[in-house]
Amino acid sequence: MTEPAITPDLIASHGLKPDEYDRILDIIGREPSFTELGIFSAMWNEHCSYKSSKKWLRTLPTTGPQVICGPGENAGVVDIGDGQAVVFKMESHNHPSYIEPYQGAATGVGGILRDVFTMGARPIAAMNSLSFGEKSHPKTRQLVHGVVEGVGGYGNCFGVPTVGGEVRFDPSYNGNCLVNAFAAGLADADKIFYSAASGVGMPVVYLGAKTGRDGVGGATMASAEFDDTIEEKRPTVQVGDPFTEKRLMEACMELMATGAVISIQDMGAAGLTCSAVEMGDKGDLGVRLDLEKVPTREENMTAYEMMLSESQERMLMVLRPEKEAEAKAVFDKWDLDFAIVGETIAEDRFLIMHNGECKADLPLKALSGTAPEYDRPWVPTPAAAPLEDVPELDSIDALKALIGSVNYCSKAWVYEQYDSQVMADTVQRPGLGAGIVRVHDTGKMLAFSSDVTPRYVRANPVEGGKQAVAEAYRNLCAVGAKPLATTDNLNFGNPEKPEIMGQFVGAIQGIGQAVAALDVPIVSGNVSLYNETDGSAILPTPTICAVGLINAEEEPIIGTARDGHVALLVGETSGHLGQSALLAEVFNRTDGDAPAVDLDAEKRNGEFIRNNRDLIKACTDLSDGGLAMAAFEMANAGDVGVQLDAGDTPTLFGEDQARYLIACNFDQAEALMGAAHAAGVTIQSVGRFTGSEVVLGSARAELTELRDIYQNTFGDTFA
Amino acid sequence: MRAAVIVFPGSNCDRDMAVALKNAGADVHMVWHKDTDLPDNLDVVAIPGGFSFGDYLRVGAIAARSPITQSVIAHANRGGYVFGVCNGFQVLTETGLLPGALLRNAGLKYICRHVELTVETTNSAFTTGYAQGQGITIPIAHHDGNYNLDAEGVRALEDQDRIAFRYVDNPNGSVGNIAGVLSENRRVLGMMPHPERLAEEAHGGTDGRPFFAGLMDQVVGA
Repeated sequence: MTEPAITPDLIASHGLKPDEYDRILDIIGREPSFTELGIFSAMWNEHCSYKSSKKWLRTLPTTGPQVICGPGENAGVVDIGDGQAVVFKMESHNHPSYIEPYQGAATGVGGILRDVFTMGARPIAAMNSLSFGEKSHPKTRQLVHGVVEGVGGYGNCFGVPTVGGEVRFDPSYNGNCLVNAFAAGLADADKIFYSAASGVGMPVVYLGAKTGRDGVGGATMASAEFDDTIEEKRPTVQVGDPFTEKRLMEACMELMATGAVISIQDMGAAGLTCSAVEMGDKGDLGVRLDLEKVPTREENMTAYEMMLSESQERMLMVLRPEKEAEAKAVFDKWDLDFAIVGETIAEDRFLIMHNGECKADLPLKALSGTAPEYDRPWVPTPAAAPLEDVPELDSIDALKALIGSVNYCSKAWVYEQYDSQVMADTVQRPGLGAGIVRVHDTGKMLAFSSDVTPRYVRANPVEGGKQAVAEAYRNLCAVGAKPLATTDNLNFGNPEKPEIMGQFVGAIQGIGQAVAALDVPIVSGNVSLYNETDGSAILPTPTICAVGLINAEEEPIIGTARDGHVALLVGETSGHLGQSALLAEVFNRTDGDAPAVDLDAEKRNGEFIRNNRDLIKACTDLSDGGLAMAAFEMANAGDVGVQLDAGDTPTLFGEDQARYLIACNFDQAEALMGAAHAAGVTIQSVGRFTGSEVVLGSARAELTELRDIYQNTFGDTFA
Repeated sequence: MRAAVIVFPGSNCDRDMAVALKNAGADVHMVWHKDTDLPDNLDVVAIPGGFSFGDYLRVGAIAARSPITQSVIAHANRGGYVFGVCNGFQVLTETGLLPGALLRNAGLKYICRHVELTVETTNSAFTTGYAQGQGITIPIAHHDGNYNLDAEGVRALEDQDRIAFRYVDNPNGSVGNIAGVLSENRRVLGMMPHPERLAEEAHGGTDGRPFFAGLMDQVVGA
């Protein structure tokens, strides 16, 4: 089959800029073939190469005594003691989900699960962070239904509990929803599998689903802005098969146990190209592939299509030749296709043969090593407009406005579509604070939280970046877990615009400061840029997922408030209303600076909570909606009323950071006061849990009335 | 008590079921679907939840034709104990060991939540650990749990006291609020709720524990 001639249009349609094409000519000293052009475009697009973000990602703290493997592999690996490790990562599937919500979201979940079990870890928990356009936008309802069903459809069938996440709405996501999927797995610390190939002449084995034409060019699509040709992009979205993924995972676990696996890499973005180059590059080897041996599900596939297909549920591995029979027995047991499709070679070469014909012959190292890297111009985000007067309003009316909004109502409609208990180790289900799962067959538990407040990041990227980390840190402390490490999913607009790049740079600076101060290094992550439609960017959304550990001798803080409990507020309250949820939902205003994050206070107050867990019956962090929202959520969870002494808007709805609300009995409250004083932590009694009403100063309402609003808003809006 | 947990490709509650059975004191054997024989001297076969064969074609339909399933049917026909939870219930209706079928939930959405059940009969090895009419909380997690059976069939179940559990607040449209049913000889049970998911303190509740404890007592005592 003859391949198309290389023309400027063809180059541009591969997302390659003229100077990037010149770079290709410099590297190979000749015009590339069509297949080679496809390979370069797959390796050099923003999604795979991080060419705009790399310079800044390098500044993030990624190490610590707890870190076994930081960014650069399929997922990060963190020590949890007793020879065990938690392996986790978050990744976006934004563009595909907007084009085809069910499959886009489903394959996002599939991709992140594969990243985790590729490293030898059985997935034990999942979360997702979803951002949609405003509820009145004509596409929003369809996206909500499709994305939530897709996330559930994949994760439920695969059999991983979804224990947490976020759902938000903002007009800036109207043309560009965000689907960020997180997964964590459990492995023995000395049995982690990496992607680096080793040994010359070793068989390169393809395992899993057959290769089709789905997703050809998907990574390039994911690195472009949307415009009105979006419907034409539907064929670039992959189709997920969670049943095959489940079998693939079980087969990989069994195969790894045999000792047959030298290296392994899942085929995600840019499929066979990216995975083969990665294995060769990390192992300082070349790779030869014979494409006629690749299992295909469609006839007459070209080399170009096979190299760029993003068909799901596929793995590439280098196996020990002497273990071939054992490996084959495992694949046969699980009825999975496998084939030896090539071998490692000594030269620095990426050699693609198809029916005896050379389709690509490229220097392998150069494909990843010399990918372009940009120092994009950026401008600091200007200071936010000063906060104007905020009128006092009835506190109950204000609370009703929040809990009756799609942003702050109960998300049960969403998370009840996810299996949160499969594996029978879930200790805390979604709904309030961090999700918790047991480490199977041990007394340990792992806690997970996903957080970011995009409106803070827009107003002040540095403080907003810090806040995302701080909130995730707080959510873990609030359940008594020691935060260990984090993964980030950085969703921004077009980095070629200096103001967008400025948001990115600011957020990275804030995240970096926070993870250093709170000792939660970033061990994995993903960057999603070009989240724009017709030139309009999303709110900057650097999602942070944090993972924490509860040791065997420690109890989690998972109780609920009871009648007679004292309400204690930990942390300083100044009544910061700038960029608050109240301002956004009730007044539709975006003025004022984001709340400042005092990282020393975050650390001090978080440690105070963890160290005094035995005195605390129930605890939640304060975030959107401040004290009033936290008190309502605790009252609702405990099915008991709450009375707060304060009635003024700034105290009730201000969003000062580093704060927690605690429920405990009177004696414990006294002991906590003493402990706080000794630790230099600000603490005060702000009311108590009692009766059947929510009382905010002089305003009051029955808890049952508020609960109806809180529980029903989401379903009433979208069902 | 010797128990087998059948593992189909796509089963994902097999380990959970084995843990619950082991915690009740059972000697548990995992049996792969391509096997043709069950372990010798077996008392109980458990068919766990999950998505056997991806729920493709029709939930439970392919698993009902797996090699091991013929042995499970033979075990039941010999009077052996068999129970299926969630996907296991779907498989059992597909084999014909239990009447009816599980359709898509009335609300068309997957539902994972804790639901209230009433124990409708204690006259079975699976329900003997409970009190007649007892209200219990057990989690559900399914997309196809809408139990369907014609009126005559439902009447027969009622007349023969073969309804094991009913939902207090029907989550999925099941006829007669039925959450679990028994075979004529009362030794085969299918139910959509997952007793193995609320069987330890760490699960946040233990209403599922008497299911396994009662089964153990009945089988060992027999």
